[in-house]
Amino acid sequence: MGVAIEVSDLNAWYGTNHTLQSISLKIPANHATALIGPSGCGKSTFVRCLNRMHETNPIGRVTGTVRVGQTDIYAQASPVEIRRRIGMVFQRPNPFPTMSIYDNVASGLRLNGFRNRKVLDEVVERSLQQAALWEEVKNDLKKKSGASLSGGQQQRLCIARALAVDPEVMLMDEPASALDPVSTAKIEDLIFQLKSQYTIVIVTHNMQQAARVAENTGFFLNGKLVEFDATHKIFTNPTDKRTEDYITGRFG
Amino acid sequence: MASTLMPPPLRAGASNRFLRVVVNHLATAAAVGSTILVMAPLIAIFAYLLFKGASSLNLAFFTQIPKPVGETGGGMANSILGSGILLAIASLMGVPIGIAGGIYIAEFGRNGRLANMVRFTADVLNGVPSIVMGITIYTLLVAGRGFSALSGGVALGIMMIPTITRTTEEMLLMVPLNVREAALGLGVPNWRSVLSITLRTASPGVITGCMLAFARVAGETAPLLFTAFGNQYWSTSLNQPIAALPLQIYVYALSPYDEWHRLAWAGALVLIVLIVVSVALVRYVAGRGVLKGAS
Repeated sequence: MGVAIEVSDLNAWYGTNHTLQSISLKIPANHATALIGPSGCGKSTFVRCLNRMHETNPIGRVTGTVRVGQTDIYAQASPVEIRRRIGMVFQRPNPFPTMSIYDNVASGLRLNGFRNRKVLDEVVERSLQQAALWEEVKNDLKKKSGASLSGGQQQRLCIARALAVDPEVMLMDEPASALDPVSTAKIEDLIFQLKSQYTIVIVTHNMQQAARVAENTGFFLNGKLVEFDATHKIFTNPTDKRTEDYITGRFG
Repeated sequence: MASTLMPPPLRAGASNRFLRVVVNHLATAAAVGSTILVMAPLIAIFAYLLFKGASSLNLAFFTQIPKPVGETGGGMANSILGSGILLAIASLMGVPIGIAGGIYIAEFGRNGRLANMVRFTADVLNGVPSIVMGITIYTLLVAGRGFSALSGGVALGIMMIPTITRTTEEMLLMVPLNVREAALGLGVPNWRSVLSITLRTASPGVITGCMLAFARVAGETAPLLFTAFGNQYWSTSLNQPIAALPLQIYVYALSPYDEWHRLAWAGALVLIVLIVVSVALVRYVAGRGVLKGAS
């Protein structure tokens, strides 16, 4: 099992707030990795460090190394290149409100100067198929705005948009937390199918969700990675007392 | 606590329900009344202009240039054309500079020193009386060179900038953070995201700002007195004095002749109709591309 992302001694700050403290872990390729922990523990900040989104915040600062494949993303690549290789799906569905469904999916390629109509058509169809949205929207591709879809459809549209630029890794920051159970189940099915082709890192508050979709789980607490192991191990036989307390609902 | 915010129990009795209905109607009446008060001045002005000016409108008004004193007839064709040229120059100058300034302070400068300076300058510029703008442009562009259409357009263009800059800034800041993050997360360079995503999302508001600025300067007379100057003959040269509707109205309204007074009323009517039509036209054209369900 190859390693997709290798993080060593990663620290992150918001202003003087030391949000992530010396995180090191290896995220395996073509598997889903879940990150759990109470609100404010740093798990969202952590995924935002993996595609250099953290630094878009004017007071955000990062030290340490993150290797994606052979690339040290902070030393050897620009944020723009990295974000093309590492896609991201956010907590709230955020389709571009002025764009049609088609334009939303094509936006990543188009905004980077790609114009070939035929290829764009294929990519849009493939991405929407992958995101299990194609059947629902194929008749309104250019007529309807992305913002006119339901919340769950919007989130799958955002997944299709991220897939269209063909990333190696998909970061998902609580992708189902704003959705109803039916839409959540669809997103989870999707993650299951996508992980054969992509490395997936998913932040979630829902422990059942972590157990359902991920082979490995990391538990964050107060900016530290407390434990990182196989999901069944974390949920049945955790090494750390704090992990056990959290899993069993004694706090958080 | 929440309990104080709770509605009264449903079976509180008929009097309570009666009170609620009365208050509801009062609030609706107040809202409708305010709407009427807001619209009344515009409707009154328009009605009065129609009453005073419509009778003097004829084909000649739109095809002929002013006649010398003593001759009846004549029109304001050269003024309508002149206003069009002046506003075109003003928009070509004011819209790009204004939008670019708004983009800078909203997206790049934020709270930096230069951004704060630009913001402050725009606010002050917005408050500068238009006659002062006219005199300033006179000193800079007209003195020694002579009155010209170009200087008039520049004066109006500068007056458009602050309104456009500030509305562009406000509209860009209203675009939610998660839309910007979506673009950055796709590996789109920041400048591209600002132009293709943020500005595009904010475009209805930005266009409204441009239209406000346009409508405001379209009726300005003072800055043109020392720059475009006015012209009784056909002229499309940018280096020559040029006629403009507000100037022509001003001259005719101050004259002692009844015939010219009537033409001034007609000119005012044409001016206001042209402003309304151009604003409506831009809104129509800009709104055509809007998709079903786009917010």
